[in-house]
Amino acid sequence: MLGVRLFRTLAFRIVLAYLALFAISAAALVAFTYWNTKRALNAETDQTIQAEIAGLSEQYQRQGLGGLTDVVTTRSIHAGQSLYLLVGPLARPLAGNLDAWPTVKRLGQRFVEFDYDRRVGGAIERHTARGRVFSLVGGFRLLVARDMHERSVTDRMFTTTLPWSVALMLTLGLVGGALMSRNLLRRLDSINSTSREIMVGDLSRRLPLSRAGDEIDTLAHNLNRMLDRIERLMKGMRDVTDSVAHDLRSPLNRLRNRLEGTLKRLASDAPEAEEMDSAIAEIDRLIGTFNSLLLIAEAEAGLERSAMSRIDLSALARDVCDLYAPVAEERELVLDTAADAEVEIDGNWNLLSQALANLVDNAIKYTPAGGRVRISAEHTAEGAVLSVADTGAGIPEEDRSRVIERFVRLEASRNSPGSGLGLSLVAAVARLHEARLELEDNHPGLKASIVFEGANQSR
Amino acid sequence: MRMLVVEDDIEAQRYLVNGLRESGHVVDDAVDGETGLTLALSRPYDVAVIDRMLPKMDGLRLVQELREHGNATPVLFLSALSEVDDRVKGLKAGGDDYLTKPYAFVELLARIDALMRRRQPSAVKTRLQVGDLELDLLTRQAKRGGTSIELQPREFRLLEYLMRHAGQVVTRTMLLESVWEYHFDPQTNVIDVHISRLRAKIDKGFDPPLLQTVRGAGYMIRAKG
Repeated sequence: MLGVRLFRTLAFRIVLAYLALFAISAAALVAFTYWNTKRALNAETDQTIQAEIAGLSEQYQRQGLGGLTDVVTTRSIHAGQSLYLLVGPLARPLAGNLDAWPTVKRLGQRFVEFDYDRRVGGAIERHTARGRVFSLVGGFRLLVARDMHERSVTDRMFTTTLPWSVALMLTLGLVGGALMSRNLLRRLDSINSTSREIMVGDLSRRLPLSRAGDEIDTLAHNLNRMLDRIERLMKGMRDVTDSVAHDLRSPLNRLRNRLEGTLKRLASDAPEAEEMDSAIAEIDRLIGTFNSLLLIAEAEAGLERSAMSRIDLSALARDVCDLYAPVAEERELVLDTAADAEVEIDGNWNLLSQALANLVDNAIKYTPAGGRVRISAEHTAEGAVLSVADTGAGIPEEDRSRVIERFVRLEASRNSPGSGLGLSLVAAVARLHEARLELEDNHPGLKASIVFEGANQSR
Repeated sequence: MRMLVVEDDIEAQRYLVNGLRESGHVVDDAVDGETGLTLALSRPYDVAVIDRMLPKMDGLRLVQELREHGNATPVLFLSALSEVDDRVKGLKAGGDDYLTKPYAFVELLARIDALMRRRQPSAVKTRLQVGDLELDLLTRQAKRGGTSIELQPREFRLLEYLMRHAGQVVTRTMLLESVWEYHFDPQTNVIDVHISRLRAKIDKGFDPPLLQTVRGAGYMIRAKG
């Protein structure tokens, strides 16, 4: 699981690509250097041999075969890596440090290579040598060569260590890459988890900055500045909600006070008293609508984190059911709950209760006598779900998304009391909890669900 | 009873003060937070009604200061602010109750009565009695005239609240807040239905009826009709 995640990180993929590119170019570089060095060393050897042959041939021309034999014998004593052999017409050795004319392994353009036995300390080793044959008058031949053993040892060493060093390089690269991307992953993870907390409503949180001052820090810094601005805007929105509330409630309060005061002074059987009563009732309805709108605005502006707590949707469902049970009974409806197991989420008890009460209220209002309303709280594959299903008339599919909008009331219900804000409030409360309101056909009836996506796994 | 009203909306204040005086209370008033605090600290009051937003010193600050001075006068907040966060803030600051404007005067009066009642020291009661209706809080049993009455847990809590406030008007909102702990107004009047069910259990077949509807206000339980 971690491996898959690691491979999916950008950093690790970049590391892999770089590693491949680096391996290829390193191999090319090493091969080129090796080949060139080898060529240069061979050329040097060939030049040395060529120079010796030139020197010896000069000796031969000046002092004849005897002189050459002397020089070869002398040189053979302190030969080092050089090899000499002067042979007669029947390949009989006359001078030099090789015992016998070797079997020539390969003929180059002018050079030959051969294997020979060399005494190293007490033992005899088979070595390779490279040299040149110089033919003299009368079937005499001179072989000048250099031992190539050390070079082939170097060669072999090179070819055996090369795969190891490549493997080492790849391993180091992979481990380094994994570490680098894990570090990056950790920083991104912390940014992600902070973002989630902020989305849940803790707008005071900020993304962590490291001391590196790199691109991620720049990104986090910019996001933090964006958050500052969002926080200011949200606070502004709350302040506006508050001042709207204050500026409308205060005059409404005075108006209600006056009506109440006037009503008190009227005789209870005065014809104006009834008028006053209905005026007060009208104001109360107005206040109710205003309160719902304000609550929707508040829910949309988000709550302070302190207003959220761990709550059990089943308990919430049972409480609301308990509140509405007598009303349902009066209307000859069966109201029950399917909420036995604990379904915990982070939320605001009062707002969710109000949302659920709105849904139950609607269900009871629109379900004819003899019907059934069921409240359920459950865990599903999608997350925690709080739903109300009734056996009423339902809502035609084409109207379902419309009824959630503010003040929208379907023609069929125009004459029953209600502000048309009930479902909008439910939807706003759902959004506040990062949940969504879903309306489905209950065959027959309506099923309204608040789906808290992902609430299943949390904690 | 002696009361303090701190409210900066002059007209609303006059209405409130007059209403309270008509109900037989002695009322002092202030229009800003500082004067309110000075008054609250210098004289003993049975209840203080304090607006949430005040000039010079915010209502929240006023109550915080009051509590810091060890003053435990019951405080009812009046607020015209939006509700969800504010109610919590008000109660946290040391308020005892919270009423959103615009309010019905009967609602305010009922809440003030409840606050004053709460203040009167009373021995921990294990039994409540109104007329021949008895409620045993330990065994959780209700009896009227010796006949035992079966009550659902919620009905029991409803009756208990009414009986603890016997002789006082209890509004629907107060019942919803204290028995169900809901701070919202259900569209259908569910409380009335609960009350009529409770009434069917405790008053049906008995005389006189104890649970009365107070028109335009709420309910009251009392022994004498």
